[in-house]
Amino acid sequence: MSEETIPGRKSFFSLFNICAGIIVVIGLYITYLRFTGGLGAVTNLSDYNPWGIWIGFDLLVGVALAAGGFVTSAAVYIFGMKRYHSAVRPAILTGFLGYAIVVLALNYDVGRPWRLPYPFIIQQGTTSVLFEVAACVALYLTVLFIEFSSAPLEWLGLKRARDIVIKLTMVLTILGVILSTMHQSSLGALFLIAPSKLHPLWYSPFLPVYFFITSIIAGLSMVIFESTLSYRFFKHKMDEIHMQEKNDITLGFGKAASFVLAGYFIIKIFGLSSSNNWHYLKTDYGIWYLVELLGFVALPSFLYAIGVRVKSLNLIKWTSVLAILGIILNRFNVCLIAFNWHLPSSERYFPHWMEIGISVFIVTVGLIAFRFIVTRMPILYEHPDYKDAH
Amino acid sequence: MDGVFYTLHDFMIHTESITYLLIIPALLGITVFWRLIAGKDDN
Amino acid sequence: MSISRRKFLGWVGAAGLSTALGKSAAAATHKHFSGYPGSFAVLHDTTFCVGCRNCEAACNKVNDLPQPDRPFTDLSVLEKKRRTTTKVFTVVNKRNDLQRAESPVFFKNQCNHCLEPACASVCFVRAFTKTKTGAVIYDSSVCVGCRYCMVACPFEIPTYEYDQVLTPRIRKCTMCYPRVSKGQLPGCVEACPMEALTFGKRQDLINFAKQRIQKYPDRYVDHVYGEQEMGGTSWLYLSGVPFKEIGMREDLGVTPAPELTAGALAVVPMIVGLWPVFLTGIYAMTKRSDKIAEREKEQAIDKAVKAARKEDAELKT
Repeated sequence: MSEETIPGRKSFFSLFNICAGIIVVIGLYITYLRFTGGLGAVTNLSDYNPWGIWIGFDLLVGVALAAGGFVTSAAVYIFGMKRYHSAVRPAILTGFLGYAIVVLALNYDVGRPWRLPYPFIIQQGTTSVLFEVAACVALYLTVLFIEFSSAPLEWLGLKRARDIVIKLTMVLTILGVILSTMHQSSLGALFLIAPSKLHPLWYSPFLPVYFFITSIIAGLSMVIFESTLSYRFFKHKMDEIHMQEKNDITLGFGKAASFVLAGYFIIKIFGLSSSNNWHYLKTDYGIWYLVELLGFVALPSFLYAIGVRVKSLNLIKWTSVLAILGIILNRFNVCLIAFNWHLPSSERYFPHWMEIGISVFIVTVGLIAFRFIVTRMPILYEHPDYKDAH
Repeated sequence: MDGVFYTLHDFMIHTESITYLLIIPALLGITVFWRLIAGKDDN
Repeated sequence: MSISRRKFLGWVGAAGLSTALGKSAAAATHKHFSGYPGSFAVLHDTTFCVGCRNCEAACNKVNDLPQPDRPFTDLSVLEKKRRTTTKVFTVVNKRNDLQRAESPVFFKNQCNHCLEPACASVCFVRAFTKTKTGAVIYDSSVCVGCRYCMVACPFEIPTYEYDQVLTPRIRKCTMCYPRVSKGQLPGCVEACPMEALTFGKRQDLINFAKQRIQKYPDRYVDHVYGEQEMGGTSWLYLSGVPFKEIGMREDLGVTPAPELTAGALAVVPMIVGLWPVFLTGIYAMTKRSDKIAEREKEQAIDKAVKAARKEDAELKT
């Protein structure tokens, strides 16, 4: 890292390099095992538990946490909140890398990854929710790539191509919101097919709505969280506008997240009521459900609200971590913990360490890519040649 | 297909496939239409 | 092997197969789907099952599955609950801990061949097909290996070859589609010595099962499992003990699997149609208010400048 000039940061980055290096080596080794020994060699998946953390974490959590791209670009370009403009590029980058690593992770999970284009080119199973998810993720990854490409194009000095991309901003933003609405909700709709396997407290005809709304919460919280980390580690890359808008973004997004969480809390209660599931609250699963609903929905909503009212940036930042953990918990509950709840514990799933290893490896690859791009391309600052753009 | 569907699944494959095909012209069409009514002053 | 009365019902059905396949579309509406007319089914009368495992052996043979570690004549395997695997498409389980039944209860398990299969509904490459014979068959040549079918199946039937590196497949009972297409009986049905399995047209078997319940009300629970479950299946069951106690879920409901996701899928084109209108509308409104704000700003500046000039001029005079 030749461009790291600030001494205090240097030790951190060398620590990061060492850790990342070790994780990558282990990850490559597990990759080798996966593609020479099959899924059985590295996972605890079984005939009862066909989906593990590569779906529960890498796909469901990954896609939700990558929602910052569509949330931010919609806020700025569609709803005209121009004061948050400096949040767009980092959010688009996070989103693009998020989706990229989701697709990478899918290559590990599916049995024959080289056939991933089959649903589109060989035989279309259009009645499958997964067909829609696959189509939208593929398209949205492309949309994010085009949206993101303005940064590398500026970096490489390709002005004409970059201007074309900027002209497409509105169309891409609207297309991005449409695609995101569709596949974020469809990830929840995946589980509509299995009312007999998912615990009634989590199974709901509103699952698609829940997943879509939580993706907005995840997107908003990720922007806050990501900007905090960027400020901490890439402060020297930020220009004045970023510095000025940073706190405004934290306050604004915190306020939005608080309110969306409140709405989400209300529709969760309505869902509980419409399915008449109150009596389940007395069971063990019910207590777990209340932990999620009160500790990871109501509490972050409340803490965000306080943070915004007393203008405590620190509280908002820490609340964003809580909210993100809440999203992870929710996806795990739907996909792993409350799924197959009817089975005896001997037939339940717990991830193999190598499954966790691959998930950590893939997230690390994303972080390395993020750092590579942020330290080189105009993400946290405006390129001096393209000041006019906004 | 014989024009008759014996299962809901076959019926849905048919209708959903057409839906997905219609989505493409729908998105293109509404974009063009907006440009027509918005005129040149707009995006 | 003597052809019993119930076997005969099967043979008559199989003979009718060629006509069923050759026929062009019969009357069907677009609102209600009752499946392929005259499709086949198997009725499993668990009260006749003695746990001899002949069906397992026959299944193993006709499907060219690998030999198990313990021979099919070894009945001690029944002591432990088993499930279908990639190498075993059907299993017989035993329960001897039921208070109501004086003797052990045996029951066979395999793919139920739903009329509206969840596996087919969720497969994004259409690897599963509900055939006219009633069998739900799988085509590994298109399978991506996403395993959504296993998530979706309410009977937990599809199994996956996790140990295969390049060619992992879903494995499950085929209801002997190749054999039935040739006019033969499914392997397990042919091998059953106790008349616990009957092959025939689904509707005939339902009628037949109901007659049996009426005739021997003390022998059976008053329910034909599979007639309605998940919209109906091509395997039907009779039991002397509650179905729950022989490992069959009674809480599956009667909704055909595709209907569970139909609503969510129907919303998709609505989003495609209305989101652009809604979002462009908001965009146009923010743009307009921006413009108005800008104009007001200009006017205010203009006014201020004019006022300043006026003041200037007044001062000069």
